[in-house]
Amino acid sequence: MVASTPVSGANPACFDSSWLPRLESLLAAGRGAGADLVEIFLERTDHLGVLAEQEAITNVSPSFGMGAGIRVFRGKRDGFVSTNDLSAQGLLQGLDQALGMLGLMLSSAPSSVPSKGFEGLGALRDFSAVKGDWLERCPSLAEATAKLLEGTSRLAKHGEHLQARRGSYSRDWQSVLVAASDGTFARDIRLHQSLGLNVLAADGDHRAGLGRRYGTSDRPDDLRDWDADAAAQDVCTSVGTMLYADYVEAGQMPAVLANRFGGVIFHEACGHLLETTQVERGTTPFADMVGESIAHEAVTAIDEGLSDGAFGSLSMDDEGMEPQRTVLIERGVLKGFLSDRAGELRTGHGRTGSGRRQSHAFAAASRMRNTFIAAGPHTPDQLIASVDKGLYCKSMGGGSVGPTGQFNFAVEEGYLIENGQLTKPVKGATLIGEAKEVMPRISMCANDLELAAGFCGSVSGSINVTVGQPHIKVESITVGGR
Amino acid sequence: MADNRLNPEALSARLQQLAQAAAIHQWDLGASCSTDTSVQVDRGEAKLMKGAQRSAITVRVWNDKGLVGITSTSDLSDAGLERALGGAHAASAFGNSEETPAFSPLATAPLVSLDQPLREPQPILTLLESLKEAERQLLDRHGAIGTVPYNGLAQRSSERLYLNSDGARRHQLLTTASIYLYARAEEAGRKPRSSGAVRMAFGTSDLDIAGCIEEAAERTIAHLDYAPIETGSYTCVFSPEAFLDLIGAFSSLFNARSVLDGVSLSQRDSLGQSLAVPFLSIRDNGLHPGNIGASLFDGEGTPTAPLELVEGGILRNFLHSEATARAFGVHPTGHAGMGAKVSVGPDWFEIGPTPGSGGGQQGLDRFIHGGPLVVIDSLSALHAGVKASQGSFSLPFDGWLLAGGVSRSIEAATVAGDIRKLLREIIGFEGEAKVTPDGLCPYVWVEGLSITGEA
Repeated sequence: MVASTPVSGANPACFDSSWLPRLESLLAAGRGAGADLVEIFLERTDHLGVLAEQEAITNVSPSFGMGAGIRVFRGKRDGFVSTNDLSAQGLLQGLDQALGMLGLMLSSAPSSVPSKGFEGLGALRDFSAVKGDWLERCPSLAEATAKLLEGTSRLAKHGEHLQARRGSYSRDWQSVLVAASDGTFARDIRLHQSLGLNVLAADGDHRAGLGRRYGTSDRPDDLRDWDADAAAQDVCTSVGTMLYADYVEAGQMPAVLANRFGGVIFHEACGHLLETTQVERGTTPFADMVGESIAHEAVTAIDEGLSDGAFGSLSMDDEGMEPQRTVLIERGVLKGFLSDRAGELRTGHGRTGSGRRQSHAFAAASRMRNTFIAAGPHTPDQLIASVDKGLYCKSMGGGSVGPTGQFNFAVEEGYLIENGQLTKPVKGATLIGEAKEVMPRISMCANDLELAAGFCGSVSGSINVTVGQPHIKVESITVGGR
Repeated sequence: MADNRLNPEALSARLQQLAQAAAIHQWDLGASCSTDTSVQVDRGEAKLMKGAQRSAITVRVWNDKGLVGITSTSDLSDAGLERALGGAHAASAFGNSEETPAFSPLATAPLVSLDQPLREPQPILTLLESLKEAERQLLDRHGAIGTVPYNGLAQRSSERLYLNSDGARRHQLLTTASIYLYARAEEAGRKPRSSGAVRMAFGTSDLDIAGCIEEAAERTIAHLDYAPIETGSYTCVFSPEAFLDLIGAFSSLFNARSVLDGVSLSQRDSLGQSLAVPFLSIRDNGLHPGNIGASLFDGEGTPTAPLELVEGGILRNFLHSEATARAFGVHPTGHAGMGAKVSVGPDWFEIGPTPGSGGGQQGLDRFIHGGPLVVIDSLSALHAGVKASQGSFSLPFDGWLLAGGVSRSIEAATVAGDIRKLLREIIGFEGEAKVTPDGLCPYVWVEGLSITGEA
């Protein structure tokens, strides 16, 4: 919901319209010094982390912060300064330093009167209107600790040979205000909560460690609604299976990747290469391929910030723009890129509401939000039945992509496929390949699309995202193992 | 921005005043402030110029039941401090009664003196020109090098502080600078290849930029003529950087916190037992002169000091915080963070042959070895491919296959194994130990590791 008129925040930590004169003064000063565009990002945060191990709460770590990121553009160049000092003096010094990076300097004390090239800020676009009490509505510390202890206790109930049981809870509340000399003036409140359960099972020489993370945005009651028993049972079933698994035999083989976190393959193999950040660096093989086929026709891929409650959803991006639903690939054909302000300036791809950053300490960059391969016509069983000998990847670990487009990611829970059936569990697999080669090999998509929460680290820090997909089949991929 | 410096006396007095008002009798504080400037370039143009002023404070308090609470903030104002103190006090109600941190008994012990000259920062436009010139020289080194997509030149001035209500006061000032250059090369009809190098120093004027360019160029060019490798078991030679990365990823082997938590491969009684071949030594030495950015004290104020971890293949010591040291009946080792549950981590490894042991096979030289040998130059995706609590790893790498006197870069491949087995299958060391940002290590030869290339 967006309110178009300035309102004061109910929470004193929220930014309100009283900031308008100071921001207009700074923006006018920046434009007056010769900058083409000045952008100021203000932030206050309130974080809570809780760790439960076995039957005890072993760490409670609240933290709160504040800061500003000031970015100045001139031509296609930009300078960025971040500071924890939100005083008028601190912000002015930050602006001065950013201008100095571009060879510009403040001519005099900033004026409160809009200067040439700056018409003043527009009406505040208030995405935080219904979110003022979200922080207060989140579970109390007592509630959070009790829920986590319930989680570790359920792990003990469902698991065998468990040497370590951990439950972790993280609540990140963030109030932001974005003002730019093109008139952008917007504020928002973001709330992300995530829960993790991790176990280590050991029996003689057999050891297996495994974890699951659950995360949502914009849902103060999320922790209360969490089904600790089901989550614990899920983790324990998987670790019990993997405890006695053999190491996978290495080689080139077909693979079926399960839905939800299997989507990390698209995130790493292709998603990063469709960010204008990569176009700018010249590190994507897809830079000049819009309209061309880059994947199997079974593949349609989308990135958006709109899915209700999903971990990567946004009301506005970190440049004050509402997120778009961006079709990246449609039936195998490249349709577009994810772009932020600098990406649009330098590559010509229009902004998609994808300018994201971990905090005020980073300049926004084009980043993924909720990224997924669309559902297809098949059932998961049909995919598995189509493989004579291959690997079923039920759960994926993390991954990465390098500057040449080579990607890799770890398989946390895997099974052999033999004669169209799942057989024994295997561990220690890493999938590697190159985006240009693997995308045409995704030949079948099932009808069971789901999203999974995660964190993505890149040029503008670690951000909340979701990955997602239905079950998919890759005709051939390199499996690293023993 | 206005005054980015810590004032230990004022901070201590203010916190003491706030603590007294809140009836808090025991507290400690860790603080840091830094000012950074950095530049990136892209084909002769400025790409991103960045400045940052950061400040952070962490406050711990002990409540009247002796339980500990903690809060961190970037707000160094009086109001911010007061809120942090109040938050920590509220959190202390949820402190762990089974394991409560205390002040380090070494928080007032003398600190060693390190030669860490403070350098004046250079103007950012000077950094920009230096990096543009470095990029130009690297691009000129080979026709196939088309871009240097990852590069940066940065300088930092920083301050760290530790105070506690028993009168401990630690304070350190430091300046550091770094440059990294990662080039991308491509030849017609062939896949792009990439590699790079890093250098660190106390100031930008001390940086070995020429050496960084040379190493980035050499490494990138050496990967141009690549070929797939057949999947199988190979004798491998780890570069110093790659071996240090691997040991770092499995440092929970030496971490007392991980041992107590049951997530380390080591147990309490592992001390004194054989962990590796009898000629391997691993020492943690944050005070080594090669460790640019060395801390004089840890998060609890304990002085940094060298510590023998593995000697003659025998596990000798664990890394400790105050709490884990108390649990083991030893002294803290200077490797703690700061928390309600204190984390423990290594500083800087020295790896090599145990003096007097002979150091394994003698005269190892990958260039005269008949092969086949796999040289592992750099490992990637350690966050995903290492299972520290299981001991297993499966990691993509860049490297070369040496066979019949010929060296050929390897197309996409992974190396997999078990760290315990690897430590027992080290054949020996090659060459002098090299100083890297993560530690000191020679080339390390290991027998029989699984390499996955083409089927």
